[in-house]
Amino acid sequence: MELSDSVAVAQARAGDSGAFRVLVERHSRNLFRLAFRMTGNQQDAEDVVQETFLRAYRQLSKFDDRASFGTWLYRIAANCSLDLIRVRKRRGAQTEAAAEEGAPDPMQSLPDPAPAPDRLAMSGEVGRQVAAVLDGLSEMERTAFVLRHYEGMCIDDIGRTLGVQPNAAKHSIFRAVQKLRRALEPLVSSA
Amino acid sequence: MMNHLTEEQFVLYYYGEGDGSPAVRAHLDACEACRAEYASLQRVLNVVDSAPVPERDANYGAQVWSRLKLRWDRPPGLSWFPRHWLAAALVATLVVAAFLAGRYYPKANLPSQTANAGQVRERILLVAVGDHLERSQTVLLELVNAQPGQSLDVAAERERAGDLVAENRLYRQTAARTGDTRVASVLDDLEPVLLEIAHGPDRLTPEEVESLRQRIEGDGILFKVRVVGSTVRHREEKAAPPAGQSAGQSTL
Repeated sequence: MELSDSVAVAQARAGDSGAFRVLVERHSRNLFRLAFRMTGNQQDAEDVVQETFLRAYRQLSKFDDRASFGTWLYRIAANCSLDLIRVRKRRGAQTEAAAEEGAPDPMQSLPDPAPAPDRLAMSGEVGRQVAAVLDGLSEMERTAFVLRHYEGMCIDDIGRTLGVQPNAAKHSIFRAVQKLRRALEPLVSSA
Repeated sequence: MMNHLTEEQFVLYYYGEGDGSPAVRAHLDACEACRAEYASLQRVLNVVDSAPVPERDANYGAQVWSRLKLRWDRPPGLSWFPRHWLAAALVATLVVAAFLAGRYYPKANLPSQTANAGQVRERILLVAVGDHLERSQTVLLELVNAQPGQSLDVAAERERAGDLVAENRLYRQTAARTGDTRVASVLDDLEPVLLEIAHGPDRLTPEEVESLRQRIEGDGILFKVRVVGSTVRHREEKAAPPAGQSAGQSTL
């Protein structure tokens, strides 16, 4: 019989690594999808999935049994993605500053922020435009939009995930939708 | 005169949020302009919906598990590393001193012996730095993942941060000296955070936890530590070539 999430969590807390394995195998694909939507890059998404499970395992004792384990994982993954997006932005600023000074980029070993092959493989102009607009959103706008649009999370939960008031989450979604409309409407209407 | 719907109402309606759905529906039924506007929004969001995501096959979960297990199966930190910071610093000093002595001391040995010795020294140092970064990451994660709004007992993390500060300084100086700017840079960023934890109280207030968390996340230190740590691990593996091959380049 298939182990439910709550039973698997209880067993994993008791030290059963096989139970945690069940959770990893069950949720990895969904987490990857979320992480890819958030980061726009396969390698980053892989890193986020790993980091999410590492954090989840360390924090398992703090998980509230009344909550959904999947939603809890989503929150961790969203925060991991945000961490990564922030680093990427910071790294971009560092690279620009270093280029101006002629100094080597101290973070050159990090994954390339340029569009990855998977991104380039997005079908056609619309796919490229969607990716470009998502990349241009603020981290809050992108996260709130991805969680609402792709993951179907309600605005209250998005606010809790991001540690902001629901109203702030809602306005981030509005701004994201506005930007998407401005960029995509000409393409969609000409199609 | 009937007021038209706002863009915000369209968005909330599209996502099924808010409590005005019946009124919005009724308005859309009655107002052609709003219906057209809403149809336009739907077209855009439907297109966004179709943006593809690379597929992961049914074995993906098992692959993730294998990678996680590899990380967990490694001995936690350097178990042979003493806990007390003075002893930790002594071991770090010995590792660094052995590395630098081998690097700068006139080489009178046979070339192959020199190459092998250099390779071993580099590997020892890489192992030490890799473990240092891993243990630093564990301390930072404890703080970043703390339950918001609650005070936190960080006595154990404080002690560990105290150990790590002394090592960090030595490894940073060595990295700077050997021209390894990537490692030096991340150790440079890490040091003030470790110092703050080491010199802080045993129990942090929710505000102190939040401030520390924001600092760690805002500076992206955790991620940099993880990435550079993994790069060091990779170099560590490369520094152990198959028998019969000579040592590679030796930066850090």
